[in-house]
Amino acid sequence: MLWPKLARALFAKPLTDNAPLVPRETIQALGERLAATSRARLGRSLAIREVDSGSCNGCELEVNALQNVAYDLERFGLRFVASPKHADVLLVTGPACLNMREALERALASTPEPRWVVAAGDCAVDGGVFKGSYAVENGIAAVLPVDLLIPGCPPTPAQLLEGLLSLLETEAAKK
Amino acid sequence: MMGPASSLIRSGNPQGAKPYERFLLSPTAWGQLPAALQQETELALLGLWADATQVHACFLHEPSAEAVLASTPAAGWNYAALSPARPGAVRFERMILELWGHRAEGAVDLRPWLDHGRWNLRHPLAAKPIPFAGEAPQPEFLPVEGEGIHQIPVGPIHAGVIEPGHFRFSVQGEVVVRLEQRLGYTHKGTLSLMLGTSPRAAVRYAARLSGDTTVAHSWAFSAAVEAALGVTAPPRALHLRALMLELERIHNHLNDWGFVCNDAAFAFPHARCGFLREGVLRAVAAAFGHRLMMDRVLPGGVAPDIAPRGAEAILAALDAVEAEIPSLMQIYEAHASLQDRVVTTGYLRPDLARAFAAGGHVGRASGRGFDARRLPQNQPYPTLRFDVPLLETSDVDARVRIRVLELSQSIALVRQILASLPAGETMAPLPVRAGEGVAMIEGFRGECLHWIALDDGGIIRGLFPRDPSWLQWPLLEAAIEDNIVADFPLCNKSFNCSYSGVDL
Ligand code: SF4
Repeated sequence: MLWPKLARALFAKPLTDNAPLVPRETIQALGERLAATSRARLGRSLAIREVDSGSCNGCELEVNALQNVAYDLERFGLRFVASPKHADVLLVTGPACLNMREALERALASTPEPRWVVAAGDCAVDGGVFKGSYAVENGIAAVLPVDLLIPGCPPTPAQLLEGLLSLLETEAAKK
Repeated sequence: MMGPASSLIRSGNPQGAKPYERFLLSPTAWGQLPAALQQETELALLGLWADATQVHACFLHEPSAEAVLASTPAAGWNYAALSPARPGAVRFERMILELWGHRAEGAVDLRPWLDHGRWNLRHPLAAKPIPFAGEAPQPEFLPVEGEGIHQIPVGPIHAGVIEPGHFRFSVQGEVVVRLEQRLGYTHKGTLSLMLGTSPRAAVRYAARLSGDTTVAHSWAFSAAVEAALGVTAPPRALHLRALMLELERIHNHLNDWGFVCNDAAFAFPHARCGFLREGVLRAVAAAFGHRLMMDRVLPGGVAPDIAPRGAEAILAALDAVEAEIPSLMQIYEAHASLQDRVVTTGYLRPDLARAFAAGGHVGRASGRGFDARRLPQNQPYPTLRFDVPLLETSDVDARVRIRVLELSQSIALVRQILASLPAGETMAPLPVRAGEGVAMIEGFRGECLHWIALDDGGIIRGLFPRDPSWLQWPLLEAAIEDNIVADFPLCNKSFNCSYSGVDL
């Protein structure tokens, strides 16, 4: 029967959550960074390449969750791509293991400019609990030029989304 | 009836580990171990590791599900390799050489594993690490012979949002002749950070060995500490641990079921599994204040206690999962093009699964039914009713089906646990003293095995956390042989081994 189905579809709540609000300060800080590096505008959509620099995989679980239907990323113009060559944003997790250093450098070299580098998770910010180990750089800023930090262990999908939206807002503000 | 290897081990000097004894063998006695193991096939090797002066092995007598540990002195000398008798020993022996500097005499393979030549020292866990400053060597791969073979290098950075590692495929046409893994990219020096600290400080590293297994590893670590100190966590804490462990199993099984379908281009089950899993994680966050339940299981118990409305949120989320499993299963089964991708794909020979003592869904899809929840010391499981599903078809489909069957079992377990949650404390005090403990806790991939030794000041002087992936990664290499390259993602997801868990 079509009618009951139609009625259900009409009155059911959408699966998708409302968009989070992005703090003004973050956008302002990013805007200054954007001006300082005189990057060209990317437009109101961003292709994201996730790179794991040696995380515990907790951050990957949440980055994957961010791609589920509850967050519906594409409505914001955000999408994950399979290669750094197609990316505007490198979203990097993990403390930057020394064994990953060369791969990180190569990923950055393959990402066309203009580009953003986002350090996601406490490990990526400053090494997190792994700070001081013989096997890690203390955070990815030691290897890559970081534009935005998203702390959390792991950051929740909502926190990741807020960070990525702040990049979009910054792009939009700079006309 | 004790086999020759078991008797040999038990003839050693008992060292006082709890609840499974560890016997110290002379180098001569240990040297006889490989031959004795050849004659006692039911004694499975679960793990092999070291400290600055000794090499340690943990075995499981499969028929009785009794574990026993064996050690031998290794400082400044070699020790006899177990890899000729137990294929699972190969990667452990490679790790022991790199981290502690002990060389396995007669080993099958001692090529570098975790150490890629990028640290500024060698043998970081040896009594005296050696400074190192040199070029990182090129990795060596095993030669493959045959006509028209070419290689496909993949990684360390992969196309999906997954952990880094390198896969070297040797292919003939479309068919994989050999896959060789090269891991170690996520080596964080975790053991060095844990050694010399207190169990209370070190548990946060156990929680971050492999984020998807944070509950199981935190529990196994805490249980090993509690066994070493003769402490029992309060009944309410044990129930809460089991509750979290089953929730962890549920969210991971949902995730991987969806991903396997997605890798066969069936996006709908992936979308639904992702949404149901999100519901579970939000309920978990409401109950425990963290979506993955990190840092909730601690030595001595659990903290904080479950939130007042947590149980309701969890039950509601699980009702939604349970209601949808039949329709998702129907989609999974009713589409020939999906079944075509999973049935007979990635067949794992059951004798290999046994030889490596594969745990979790990898073992249980190949007829090996060991489940650490059945061990008598793992309260509260002996008081709960549940089945351990077992299949023998050994393919991607079987591994998916085990997970779906386990989903239902875990949902039923959560309801039992919440219905019988004891009142009271959730933390027991930890005495400061020496001790040695072992524990096995069944994570979603299989049993997490932890060994810990504490000195008189209660400080960790030795430890090893063995993720189940140690024994499953090599089997993925075997399961992909003779499959087409395009089926690798399916095989890989049906195993879903942890990189961080084995890279340490
Ligand atoms: S920030 Fe936390 S969750 Fe993310 S990789 Fe580090 S330890 Fe894991």
